[in-house]
Amino acid sequence: MNPRLQRIVVPLASILGFLLFWEALVWVNNWPKYKMAAPSDLPAAFWRYRVLFFEMGWQTLWRTVAGLGIAVIVGTLFGMIMGFSRIARDALYPLLVGFNAIPKATLVPVIALMFIGQHDFNTVLLAFLISFFPIAVSVGIGLSTLEPEYRDILRSLGASKITIFRKIALPKTLPEFFGALKVAVTLAFIGTNLVEIVSPHGRGLGALFKSGETNGDYPLMFAVLIALAFLGIVLYYAVVALERIFAGWAERAAS
Amino acid sequence: MARALCQRGASCVTNLIEIKGVTHAYQTPQGPLPVLDNLELAVPEGEFAAVVGPSGCGKSTLTRLVAGLMRPDQGEVWLHGSLVKSPRKTVGMAFQNPVLLEWRTILQNVILPLEIVAPQMPRRARIARAMELLDLVGLVGFEHKRPSELSGGMRQRASLCRAIVHKPDVLIMDEPFGALDAFTREDLWQTMRDLRRQEPFTCVLITHDLRESVFLGDQVIVLSGRPARTQYVLDVDLPADRTIESIYTPEASAMLAILREQIQIAQGRPTAQRAAS
Repeated sequence: MNPRLQRIVVPLASILGFLLFWEALVWVNNWPKYKMAAPSDLPAAFWRYRVLFFEMGWQTLWRTVAGLGIAVIVGTLFGMIMGFSRIARDALYPLLVGFNAIPKATLVPVIALMFIGQHDFNTVLLAFLISFFPIAVSVGIGLSTLEPEYRDILRSLGASKITIFRKIALPKTLPEFFGALKVAVTLAFIGTNLVEIVSPHGRGLGALFKSGETNGDYPLMFAVLIALAFLGIVLYYAVVALERIFAGWAERAAS
Repeated sequence: MARALCQRGASCVTNLIEIKGVTHAYQTPQGPLPVLDNLELAVPEGEFAAVVGPSGCGKSTLTRLVAGLMRPDQGEVWLHGSLVKSPRKTVGMAFQNPVLLEWRTILQNVILPLEIVAPQMPRRARIARAMELLDLVGLVGFEHKRPSELSGGMRQRASLCRAIVHKPDVLIMDEPFGALDAFTREDLWQTMRDLRRQEPFTCVLITHDLRESVFLGDQVIVLSGRPARTQYVLDVDLPADRTIESIYTPEASAMLAILREQIQIAQGRPTAQRAAS
């Protein structure tokens, strides 16, 4: 098969296979809708709430992307500090690991109380808090494991630290950075939805999920999950596209 | 051992590189680890000094000192008659690992030092200079490839081009051919010899290959085991126009025998002659 075609057909076929398996599972077990909705129940739910899906989907998406954007900036900053300074690394690691170990669901009420009514801000904040850790760690590791010869090549010419960072350390860390960004994308979605589900503000796909639960509209709940998965996939592939542009050199030709 | 630096009455032979009484120790958790002990080294302008010695004797420290990447605890390193205190633009470096930047093409890799040393140089001139060197080492046609697409020998050729693209006074090489197979290594020795005809640089080559030191060197400096002192200096009395065959002549064999004996002394092992007597 044509390799370009294969890259599109294979993932689509696997998604289709998964939906068929799901449908068969519900059908064979004869599960009622309140136990598990089948994929064939979902189009109706999507159509019925199509306006809400677009509106809420957009709210979820922009807040996730905003949180992720802040996570990229702050995570990279932390990573740079930890990558260049041994002391900063020793000081920051336990704090960051400890913070990352806290279940973020417990932070939702804390944040909600700190910034009462600031729904957009709270959501973006949690998306950021949950997703900056992998970025900080991988940028830090990427910088601190830079082989000294790479640095010496430019340092022996009298290059400044900024030049060495710009010409060598930064590009060399990009593959690790994008690897972390792929993890962070999905984490940021979890952060956004945590706030949308736990705090009752009626905005975002999480709120739509909550209303499906309240009204006993089970196909709607499953439809929201699929919509979230879809947004996650879209954002993930957006990162993949950026990675191709900025760190495509790291990808080896298929052998 | 000491080389005559000034002919009586005649002009002085300038030593481009002079290392005077350098002593250095690394601070480790187990206490100071002395690596260099009162090291002396002098390389006249345009000459090629090969440095050999037991592994772990401080040879790489020597390269970092000459490059100005670190300063010795005691003693002085002089380049071109001035004391080395920090890195300078007139030095080129090549390592055992070619350390090419994977995200740049071969041409862009070779140009890299010019971006630092000569930011005003027009792009066209940079490319012309890089292509001139790539031509000398036989890499024309590969300039737009990524390092990962080249063999180890070709990457090391590119690394050599990068080390001399900015016309450094001093080229410092730390076992540049150590990771290559024997045939590729001999190819690169000849490339290095050809480069020297075209490019005027003074060279310090760290190596553990005695034949390499005799083929490329004008003098071979044997360092003792750690902490390293200058144990022996051999003037390589072979014609400048050497071929690989030159290192299989009786003269070369005699020099190799001397060097091998010196290395055994440096390693603290009894030599064959001593063991027999």
